[in-house]
Amino acid sequence: MSALRELYQEVILDHNKSPRNFRKMEDATRTVEGYNPLCGDRYTVYVKFEDDMVKDVSFEGAGCAISKASASVMSAAVKGKTKAEAEALFAVFHKLVTGEPDPTQELDTLGKLAAFSGVSEFPARVKCAILAWHTLYAAMESNEEKVSTE
Amino acid sequence: MDVEKTFDVHRIREDFPILKQVVNGKPLVYLDNAATSQKPQVVLDEMNRYYLEENSNIHRGVHFLSDKATQSYEAARKKIRNFINANDHREVIFVRGTTEGVNLVASSYARRFLKEGDEIIISAMEHHSNIVPWQMLRDEKGVKLRVIPMNDNGELLIDEYETMFTNRTKFVAIVHVSNALGTINPVKQMVNIAHRHDVPVLIDGAQAVPHMRIDVQDIDADFYTFSAHKMYGPTGVGILYGKRRLLEEMIPYQGGGDMIKSVTFEKTIYNDLPHKFEAGTPNIVGGVGFGATIDFINGIDFDAAIAHEEEVLGYATNVLSDIKRVRIIGTAREKASVLSFTIDGIHPHDIGTILDDDGIAIRTGHHCAQPVMIRFGIPATARASFAMYNTKEEVDVLAKGIHKVIEVLG
Repeated sequence: MSALRELYQEVILDHNKSPRNFRKMEDATRTVEGYNPLCGDRYTVYVKFEDDMVKDVSFEGAGCAISKASASVMSAAVKGKTKAEAEALFAVFHKLVTGEPDPTQELDTLGKLAAFSGVSEFPARVKCAILAWHTLYAAMESNEEKVSTE
Repeated sequence: MDVEKTFDVHRIREDFPILKQVVNGKPLVYLDNAATSQKPQVVLDEMNRYYLEENSNIHRGVHFLSDKATQSYEAARKKIRNFINANDHREVIFVRGTTEGVNLVASSYARRFLKEGDEIIISAMEHHSNIVPWQMLRDEKGVKLRVIPMNDNGELLIDEYETMFTNRTKFVAIVHVSNALGTINPVKQMVNIAHRHDVPVLIDGAQAVPHMRIDVQDIDADFYTFSAHKMYGPTGVGILYGKRRLLEEMIPYQGGGDMIKSVTFEKTIYNDLPHKFEAGTPNIVGGVGFGATIDFINGIDFDAAIAHEEEVLGYATNVLSDIKRVRIIGTAREKASVLSFTIDGIHPHDIGTILDDDGIAIRTGHHCAQPVMIRFGIPATARASFAMYNTKEEVDVLAKGIHKVIEVLG
């Protein structure tokens, strides 16, 4: 049960039940759809940029507890950050969920994102945890309107 | 009748060594049989024996081993022919699996004989492998696809199906048992309707063959295709049965060795059935293993095994129906093996992970049948699928696991 409790931590259960920033954004700068064909998770991520800053993030869609909580925590975490800061956060988060070693103790900077540490024990769930992040990344770095984890 | 008296499930479980495995500290409860079934020791032994004692290429060597290997492979074909009651062993073509069987017919029959504007009837509960090959043909040749609708229980509307035939209808491709819903379709009746319009029918039997006796002549199927690995045999081998008259008219699927009688740069003469459709060195050990699988099934009381499966499915349906928030997807009157369900407010992927923690293997997702998910307005389901070696005790473990899912995720 312990690995399971590590996976479904309180923060994740809370954000799954009551996702933050879970709404459509009418005046978004970029709207990108993220899709995991393996399990059917599908989210639309809305981002409003102000110059180089992520002014606002919201999302809509449906999927498992891990993917929904991840999108919710992400939306709160990157709001007000610069694109570069958001990308750096994604890089550290990616290390966390894939279980990469952390010699520089970057993981300490993650705040609530650290709740996803248990994901690394469940390789099949890594894609769930990073779906929203991939979608956000596409919104920041490309012109694509859809991303897929496959 | 008490089936446990004629079918000893605990004895059968001894034949499947993998079932003794411990997963996450718990005894494995394998309920993903619609994805692939486990393999009995006798099949594994026969495949090993083949490699140890007979391995060589078939249909071409004059030497001892090649002759032995050819005999084993062709003996398997004849066993399978008897198992499905085909009229002739030449109507039994080895393929990689059901998917290849459908693609072969789409390529070698439908591509040859259907023209722009012709219509193919499929059903609303097809697996992707019985949709996409026909869509590819649609895009290439301009044929039309028409889809038999289903009701909320997951039963095809046979009256509607009957009205779908026009003088442009040239082919019907339907699933025998739905992998996502468990529905058993009335294929004999459906073939009969198609034949009244002189339309040939392909049946995807992947989920049917492990759970019922199949008589292709009784069904009067023109084509019937299935995979070994879902019926206790090895992966990578399956069968396309086709009526000889149709197979003779068809063009080869792939060119290569074994499918020819003679080749010059001017002209190639194709081989006779079934080899015309079997280009290249086949999955010989798979074929031999498939033969051993048929021996295994023939060696048990298969009718009693089927009755046992029905009892376990019925029990599981009752037990899960009693759990608040559980919704069963697919409530057809005639069902086999499959119990798809959702839990209100909980995504199937989370169900799968939490059950796995207790050693319970189920499938979660769209089951390669996305149109079925759309029809029921859900992104995915959790699916428990049963085989002859599953027990009511395992259903109880599943039910306990579902309670835990609800407890963990709230």
